Amino acid sequence: MAEYSVFDIMGPVMIGPSSSHTAGAARLSGVARKIVGEPFGKVAFYLHGSFARTYRGHGTDKALAAGALGLSPDDERLRDSLSLAREQGIEIQFLEADLGECHENTVRMDFYTLEHGVFSVTGSSIGGGNILITELGGYDVEITGTAPTLIIRQNDQKGVISEISTVLAQNNINIAIMKVKRKKRGDEASTIIETDGEIPAQVLLQLKSLDNILDVKAVSI
Amino acid sequence: MFTTGNELLAVCWEHNCSIAQAVLMREEQLSGRSEKQIRQELREVLAVMRASSRKAVGQPVQTVGSMIQGDSQRMSRYLKRGRTLCGDSVNTAMMRALSSCEVNASMGRICAAPTAGSCGIVPAVLFTCAEKFFLNDRQLQDALLTASGIGIIIAQNATVSGAEGGCQAECGAAAAMAAAAAVQAMGGAPEISLHAAAISLKNVMGLVCDPIAGLVESPCAKRNASGAVNAMVSADLAMAGIRSAIPFDEVVDAMYRVGRMLPTQLRETALGGVAATPTGKKIARSIFGEQRVAENV
Repeated sequence: MAEYSVFDIMGPVMIGPSSSHTAGAARLSGVARKIVGEPFGKVAFYLHGSFARTYRGHGTDKALAAGALGLSPDDERLRDSLSLAREQGIEIQFLEADLGECHENTVRMDFYTLEHGVFSVTGSSIGGGNILITELGGYDVEITGTAPTLIIRQNDQKGVISEISTVLAQNNINIAIMKVKRKKRGDEASTIIETDGEIPAQVLLQLKSLDNILDVKAVSI
Repeated sequence: MFTTGNELLAVCWEHNCSIAQAVLMREEQLSGRSEKQIRQELREVLAVMRASSRKAVGQPVQTVGSMIQGDSQRMSRYLKRGRTLCGDSVNTAMMRALSSCEVNASMGRICAAPTAGSCGIVPAVLFTCAEKFFLNDRQLQDALLTASGIGIIIAQNATVSGAEGGCQAECGAAAAMAAAAAVQAMGGAPEISLHAAAISLKNVMGLVCDPIAGLVESPCAKRNASGAVNAMVSADLAMAGIRSAIPFDEVVDAMYRVGRMLPTQLRETALGGVAATPTGKKIARSIFGEQRVAENV
């Protein structure tokens, strides 16, 4: 059973009309923007299930665009996000899609980055403004965006996890939740770490310099 | 600390404190934050609630479906004419609930309490109590804490989602939260708050979620208005000494069971209830066009 805070019940403070279709949608693309972490010229949103059927009426389109532009879910400019995107020269596209077996409110967000091609993030708005990022560039993940999160791709070798946790401990960062997944033995693996404190840039550099680490991204909150 | 109404009462008894203080202690423990920090956030929440419950009264806002815009201003004009059946408190509360719903439907800023669809009820009742009983800021924050405590118990033991439990779970929960807060604002003991919350939930047990065109406008806004009134009459019933025959925890459990018995057509899908009436479908078609409605409704 979840332990609800006072502000889970009295909140979120948000732009209406729907916590799952507006606030959750803005958080999804906002977290995706942080994960992508680099400039982009276009975002294509592939809307699934209830998102596909009701996105216009609930303002899900405007919310998704707003999050991608970095607006928070309670920013009153959210309703004008589509024109804001045009002003910034960012193309926003909405497509209805069947994303298979997943939550009714799921969206795949393809960010067309200026330097590194397309980066794809998939996530669901699971109610009350809460979200779950479920896939990153082909990897299954579980990211809630409620705590600072490290997203690491590494070679599946023994000792790598220990080196990662050593760097974090040396920098006085406590690990709250850690999940390791791999495609197959000895291949690439991914590690998602939620921490109790923000992750400074120099920690990212330290992690990137480790052997067998392929990529490191951090999502602040 | 507590997950049920009975446990909440035990905490209040043990510490000889109000529900607000018990909820504050739990929040301090859970979040690791100080009372000062928590009260600061409560102030921010109250500021958003105050603004949303006033905004559309003076200036109607354009809602997506154009189904409810101007309703809170209509209530305001009606009130000014000075001849109402239910009197100033009830009509003022309804006007405020309608305002928050209009702001929500126009993509304005609101505070979900507990959900966006039911965002009008708690502010309407709280600010009406504040005027009637001259509550100061701290007492308003305490009322918000009490309302949250009831919401936490309902969310943890049942649901506050219309898609899961119907409108009884959204507007019903909001009314229960507001009723308990109103009782505290009037000086009632913790157990009286729980009786008021139980009565509110029972009054709308089985209420379905059937938004026309899938938009959070109609019948949602009027159910916020009646939800605010439900909270107020439940608080008065309880303060008069009338008890809920069924304890709060059992009512919450019953509400959850009823919600699970509701077919999906009656849980926020716009496939049943007034959404599926000929007029409901006609409104949906006028907003979204033929094809989309044929596919969904």
